[in-house]
Amino acid sequence: MKRRDFIVNSVSAGLVTGASLSLSNLTSLAAATLSVQNDWDLVAVRDGEPEVMFDRAIASLGGMSKYVKKGQKVVVKPNIGWDVSPERAGNTNPKLVARIIRHCLNAGASEVYVFDNTCDAWNLCYKNSGIEKAVKDAGGKIVPGNTESYYKPIQIPRGKSLKEAKVHELILTSDVFINVPVLKHHSSASVTLAMKNLMGIVWDRRYWHRNDLHQCIADMVSWRKPTLNVIDGYRVMMRNGPRGVSEADVLNMKQLIVSADIVAADAAAALIFGSKPEDIPHIRIAHDMKLGNMQLDKLKINRIKI
Amino acid sequence: MHSLYWLRFLRIVVSLFFLLLTSLIFLDPAQWIPGWFTSAVVWPQFAPSVVRFTVSAGLAASGFLLFTLLALLFGRVYCSSICPIGTLQDIISWFKKLFFKTKPLKFARPQNILRYSILALVIISFVFGISLLVNLLDPYSNFGRIMTNLVRPLFLAGGNVLANVLEKNDIFWMPKTTFKLFHASSVGFASGFLLLIGWMSFVRGRLFCNTICPVGSLLGIFSRFAIFKISIDKMACNSCGQCSKVCKAQCINVKHKEVDFSRCVACYNCLDVCPSNGVLYNLNNISLNAKTERNPLKKDKDRRTILKALMIFSAFATTRAFATRTTGGEKPTEIPEEKQNIASPPGSLGHSHFTKKCTACHLCVSICPTHVLQPSFLQYGLHGLMQPYMDYHSGFCNFDCTLCSEICPTGAIKNIAPDDKKLAQLGIAKFIEKNCVVYTDNTDCGACSEHCPTKAVNMVPYKGALTIPLVNEKICIGCGACEYACPTKPYRAIFVEGNILHIKADEPVQDEIVIEKTEEDFPF
Repeated sequence: MKRRDFIVNSVSAGLVTGASLSLSNLTSLAAATLSVQNDWDLVAVRDGEPEVMFDRAIASLGGMSKYVKKGQKVVVKPNIGWDVSPERAGNTNPKLVARIIRHCLNAGASEVYVFDNTCDAWNLCYKNSGIEKAVKDAGGKIVPGNTESYYKPIQIPRGKSLKEAKVHELILTSDVFINVPVLKHHSSASVTLAMKNLMGIVWDRRYWHRNDLHQCIADMVSWRKPTLNVIDGYRVMMRNGPRGVSEADVLNMKQLIVSADIVAADAAAALIFGSKPEDIPHIRIAHDMKLGNMQLDKLKINRIKI
Repeated sequence: MHSLYWLRFLRIVVSLFFLLLTSLIFLDPAQWIPGWFTSAVVWPQFAPSVVRFTVSAGLAASGFLLFTLLALLFGRVYCSSICPIGTLQDIISWFKKLFFKTKPLKFARPQNILRYSILALVIISFVFGISLLVNLLDPYSNFGRIMTNLVRPLFLAGGNVLANVLEKNDIFWMPKTTFKLFHASSVGFASGFLLLIGWMSFVRGRLFCNTICPVGSLLGIFSRFAIFKISIDKMACNSCGQCSKVCKAQCINVKHKEVDFSRCVACYNCLDVCPSNGVLYNLNNISLNAKTERNPLKKDKDRRTILKALMIFSAFATTRAFATRTTGGEKPTEIPEEKQNIASPPGSLGHSHFTKKCTACHLCVSICPTHVLQPSFLQYGLHGLMQPYMDYHSGFCNFDCTLCSEICPTGAIKNIAPDDKKLAQLGIAKFIEKNCVVYTDNTDCGACSEHCPTKAVNMVPYKGALTIPLVNEKICIGCGACEYACPTKPYRAIFVEGNILHIKADEPVQDEIVIEKTEEDFPF
């Protein structure tokens, strides 16, 4: 074990122990692996802080070690699309991103990379979202996605409108792909969630907008599904999305959805937002393409209130 | 050894230090250098400082006062220590000395008619609101264009190579950059100017500084009356000519044992070469210098030709190469965006103020994080040649960014508070429905509305569940996010029509969100 890894692991372990000691009702990370029931299709958590909600969710799924094996490379893809502060909820909560990285490193990940193909200037987004600092502090690696040279061509055999794309090389070279969108209103896609967040792993977004946006969103999922989807609903932008105009657009909802089924995760988050999943075209299309299940009553859901 | 021999070393150190700093601020790949530092580095630059003084007199615009004062005390200190083009020419001369065996320079007559005519033209045209001559002749602005248009692309390309090597080793601190547009007029002009001063300094030292440069001529007028002057001790001098050989300004007349201090660039090369210690740098004895030699005012055809060539070159500078937009398999749009006016940057108040005060140094072009600021060609008219404009095909103005207004050395882009910037309307978005994907394909798009920071571009109900953009012109600030994001080809479905005069946009209305009874349970 490298000295640096040792320190990172010790620090994470210390943090987790500290958290578990300070919050008596919290299942600690170490105990998470011992959790009995771990065959949930989806976990929904509410009324906690981002870190606490994620700890509870991942514990109930059997711990991060179920998804990340020792020595594996992990890529975490949050939404870092906009040059706005965390309070504006335009980007994924940096605390949640940091917590996920710590869990991955604790499970033995060799590296945890974080990137996004941003809409606003990338360096300002990385900085002002608070994500760059959170990633570095947690022991992850923040990687740019601002030039085409990072993106490699792929084929999408099942795609209807989107048959090929250029995808960030980290998605191609990593063993584990954790998709961490933020739940918010969206002017084009009505609500932006896990599937929509995959637009940030490709280079040419304009192509999607020109060629039936909702079909392209679903097509991309048919290429590769993320290992795990974590939807941040701690602060939720209720209108003027996806960029938002001011903090007045934001409600403190304190919700979190975790699922390996990207369609189910989006369906659950859409309901929290107040939309019907079948009214969001890309959720309906993805369900019909059998990329996941939007019928939540058919799934085993763990509902946790803190 | 001359008691002031160290002045030369001081000058070399200071000049290299300033050349390095002034270069760095143009090369910063990702806004690593804070705005205040950049402002501090350009503060002593003479011409921008004068222009800024005419915008708003104050400490920020007082750099030129310091160097005027220094000129009145010690001569043209600016020319050999601060001026980046001065130092660049010295480096060229130094290389020449290193690699070529040529005859040393000797005294040359001053070209007073030429240099003072140019200075007069520059000042008069500027007073009448035309910044073109300052723009074309100011050494700092020319240096800026050389850095931005020639050196920066090479530097960033080198940076990309380095970034690739680092990334192979899993190190990601060096960001990569892409160049979207190539501006032939600015690249051409910067290359032409570089060749011109390269050639002039190769053959005749600081010829540019004493024939063309308006800053040199102006400081020369002051240094004529300097309190401390370099002169020759007529008693000690045996006319060996050593001092004259090292004088790059060609202003030491050995025959008459006189120094034309108005042309001296204060390099101090001559102080320590005199075998009899006869080069003096002390209080100007007025009685001794009262009788100045008057040179015959002979027209110099060569130099006229150079000047003419320069003017003609600028007038016929090659056109900007427009980035061609190829069409893919999709339906091409049919209605061209009919943009009447381009937009000038936020803080520039509008075309009139901006074009009068901008010297096109391209510092803002180099530091703009979104690359929305690009050099113009004739979009502002000939008087605005190469002045930056908001190119919404290259990028869009970041809502929270005011960096260009913080660093603009001339006050062409006035310092603007972030809250004012968010309401400064540079232009207004115009929607062309028949180009819009929602209209042509009946599918959702909304890229324009997504990027809009004020939601001036909003999606409103169209057919069925589809929505289509609607522009609220009152709250639009013309940042160009919509135009940049619009995916249609070859013509976009939304574009920004620039405001000749910036106005204040209305603030977006933000009601409280009516909180319906939040459910205590999960909705599934």
